[in-house]
Amino acid sequence: MPVISLNVNGKTVSVDADPATPVLWVLREHLNLVGTKYGCGVAQCGTCTIHLNGNAVRSCQLPVSAVGKNAITTIEGLSENGDHPVQKAWIEQDVAQCGYCQTGQIMTATALLKSNPNPTDAQIEASMSGNICRCGTYLRIKEAIKTAAKQM
Amino acid sequence: MEKNKTDYNRRAFLKSTFLAGGGMMISFSGLAKLSLEDKINPADLPADWHELTGYIKITSDNIIKIFNPNPEFGQNVMTSLPMIVAEELDVDWKKVVVEMGHHDNVKFGPQFAGGSNSVRMYWKPLRDAGAAARNMLLTAASQTWNVPVEELTTKAGMIYHEKSGKSGTYGEFASKAAGVSIPKEVKLKDVKNFTVVRNSQKNVEGVKIVTGKPLFGLDYTQEGTLIAMIQHPPAFGMKVKSFDASEILKMPGIKDVFTLKLYEDGFEQAGFDTRTFNDLLVVVGNTTWQVMNARKKLKVSWEPKGDTKDTMAGRNGKREVIVPGALESTATHFAKMKEYAAKPAQLLRKDGDPETAFKNAAKVLERTYNAPFLAHNCMEPMNCFAHVTDDKALIVGPHQAAGWIEPTLSKVLNLPADKIDMQITRMGGGFGLRAYGHTFVEAALISRKVKAPVKLVYTREDDMTYGIYRPIYTATYRAAFDANKNLIAFHVKGGGIPEHPIHANRFPAGAVDNYLAEGWEIPSNITIGAFRAPRSNFNAAAEQSFLDEVAEAMGKDPIEFRLELLKRAKENPVGKNNEYDADRYAEVLKLVKEKSGWGSATNKQYSRGVAAYFCHNSYAAHVVDIIKKDGQPFVERVTSAVDCGIVINPDAAVNMVQGCVVDGIGNALYGELTFKEGVPEKNNFTRYRMIRHREAPKKIDVHFVQNEINPTGLGEPPFPPIFAAVANALYKSEKKRFYNQPFSNDLQKKS
Repeated sequence: MPVISLNVNGKTVSVDADPATPVLWVLREHLNLVGTKYGCGVAQCGTCTIHLNGNAVRSCQLPVSAVGKNAITTIEGLSENGDHPVQKAWIEQDVAQCGYCQTGQIMTATALLKSNPNPTDAQIEASMSGNICRCGTYLRIKEAIKTAAKQM
Repeated sequence: MEKNKTDYNRRAFLKSTFLAGGGMMISFSGLAKLSLEDKINPADLPADWHELTGYIKITSDNIIKIFNPNPEFGQNVMTSLPMIVAEELDVDWKKVVVEMGHHDNVKFGPQFAGGSNSVRMYWKPLRDAGAAARNMLLTAASQTWNVPVEELTTKAGMIYHEKSGKSGTYGEFASKAAGVSIPKEVKLKDVKNFTVVRNSQKNVEGVKIVTGKPLFGLDYTQEGTLIAMIQHPPAFGMKVKSFDASEILKMPGIKDVFTLKLYEDGFEQAGFDTRTFNDLLVVVGNTTWQVMNARKKLKVSWEPKGDTKDTMAGRNGKREVIVPGALESTATHFAKMKEYAAKPAQLLRKDGDPETAFKNAAKVLERTYNAPFLAHNCMEPMNCFAHVTDDKALIVGPHQAAGWIEPTLSKVLNLPADKIDMQITRMGGGFGLRAYGHTFVEAALISRKVKAPVKLVYTREDDMTYGIYRPIYTATYRAAFDANKNLIAFHVKGGGIPEHPIHANRFPAGAVDNYLAEGWEIPSNITIGAFRAPRSNFNAAAEQSFLDEVAEAMGKDPIEFRLELLKRAKENPVGKNNEYDADRYAEVLKLVKEKSGWGSATNKQYSRGVAAYFCHNSYAAHVVDIIKKDGQPFVERVTSAVDCGIVINPDAAVNMVQGCVVDGIGNALYGELTFKEGVPEKNNFTRYRMIRHREAPKKIDVHFVQNEINPTGLGEPPFPPIFAAVANALYKSEKKRFYNQPFSNDLQKKS
């Protein structure tokens, strides 16, 4: 298998993987970055959301060969110690129940706030509707995004 | 002040030991919680059940560590259970370190996350453990300072002797306290003086969650771990006939392809050993992606398995159950349910003379309600890590009841339970599905076969099409009225595939003179299991919609009508074994009425629906407010009232109720799994509609009845009544009744 070079969380890493492998599995099984979650494998649930050059993408549908020199950021790279304003807002609003979808929610929310620092409720709802939370924490996710918007 | 005994028949619930390096450790027995129910005499239990679990550690340098004894799947027990200990121990919560306790042995008793029971069953033993530890620390301090113990006080992990001005940390006395004998009796704090419990505390794993730390089963791995997937039949009622793996064995990373039996013939299944497919066709390889791809190219021919036999273990000996082999479809399910609904059914409860009352009634209202199979759709698909060797097993995974799956593993692997090290991870949702252990057994068998550590991964498609669903249900309700529109008789006849939904002793049983409840069941090869508030989630939906219509037929306000029935049930209850407390039930209705401004002109822009329900020892009521958005009804706002006794962690409890509301609205409007010739017609979120962010209400106001009753369930009780509150609000909005879930099907038909 070819060795593929990637820029993940500011570091250059090499992985030996089938070029068709989705970035999700490269992160989880080759690089041991398990904060990016598997939920559906068909870009419907958002648990696998990462940033590619700052934009939210579904890593389960992104072949590793297509990444090239684009910068990947995962939840592990969002901040050194979990002190990104969005992560802090998630703690402040005590959003999580089971917590499985929350890293994906945070990555989507962070990309939203980067492109739109003061989103309206309708914009938050539109941007966040690709991320499923079976525990039903949507109201707190919205509050956390508003809390973070004030801090950013 | 409450006093609790810390032993039973001279067998201690609590045990103290010295910590290596200085300090004390308090352990408590799993059977302490059994005494809570007073149904089991702890003295009758085997001696090894007295092994101690869940503990407190206080080191000499004053690090206070509290272990959470029960599995965490989002219900917040990792935070709320240690809070109970911290309260009685009287320590600064901010300085407490919380860790997951061990779940590696059946001896520890029923460590079970389900039935909304975690807080309820641990309330007393955790208070006792905390209070006993504090008591022993005080004894140690009184001996050291040579002062009477009565003169000592504690605050936030410090011991004070006011007269002498002496003070010290718990850590300073921990080593000495470890040698103090366990007090025979402990005094518990007055609820009014609580400083940790009843105060909102953040999720102790919050930071780990938002930074993506490896908390979940799917995140667990070890050096050399292989990935396994099972190719299960495409339809219920099928099995593997033959397969050809020659091509995929040449694919990179693929190690092995083989079949295995989950259970040998005649295996006695315990209640949660549900199996859907017994012949496992397994693909093992290096990475998930390699195995996923290889599986797609695996050539398999399937065949109908015909009728099969399950051997079920039971208290009165084993019994055999025939599982029909025919391939089932939703259309035939409905036809069959209609046929069964017309036949005589099993009598579940009868009060008075309902037959005569219906015969003589001036008017009878009859309505039928239906609800489909539902998939759990936990965000983390099913998975389990196993490393099984000849003499021991390590099993790591997300499971709601380690104590239930371990005996099964022990039997299947033929290993003694103490050779099975079981580690329970945080669960990415459970909702009942993770009480079942097949993935754990499958992973263990696969590991033993390939002689390597293995992680069994279910894809979303595997997860959604495996079975263990919420059953398909139907119920016909009838109400009889006299000439003055008084309700004189009530009849419910419910059935399902393969179980009926009826809780015969719940409201309105006890409130109507003539009452009849009946149930019937149709066997099936589509497996079912517990799903957030089993049976209640349908009962509440149907019964509370029907009561709305009954109130309307009587010309009464739906809340006032329920309160009248509850008054009757309290003052002059009909029949025996009524499960609910009419006062507490009425209280949540009154609270939701007040907080929602029910009947107030300021809310006239909303189409409003109300419903309430009792289950899992708690009471919940909701008022749902619907508006029109783009011409479609939209649940804009919900007001909830809940009585679950003392609320341990208020903000987390609000989160739980809000989650129940959102989950309930989603399942009421969209949740549905249908079948054609045994094939589930949805296998991923592309077709299985889950409630999305934009579909959630804008506001969910949660109110708790303030009382000092020992805590009861919260993870389930607010879920069932939301279905009916939505249906009743939809009626106001759409001017038609909604009898069939998911309601979005009828809404689409209309538009």
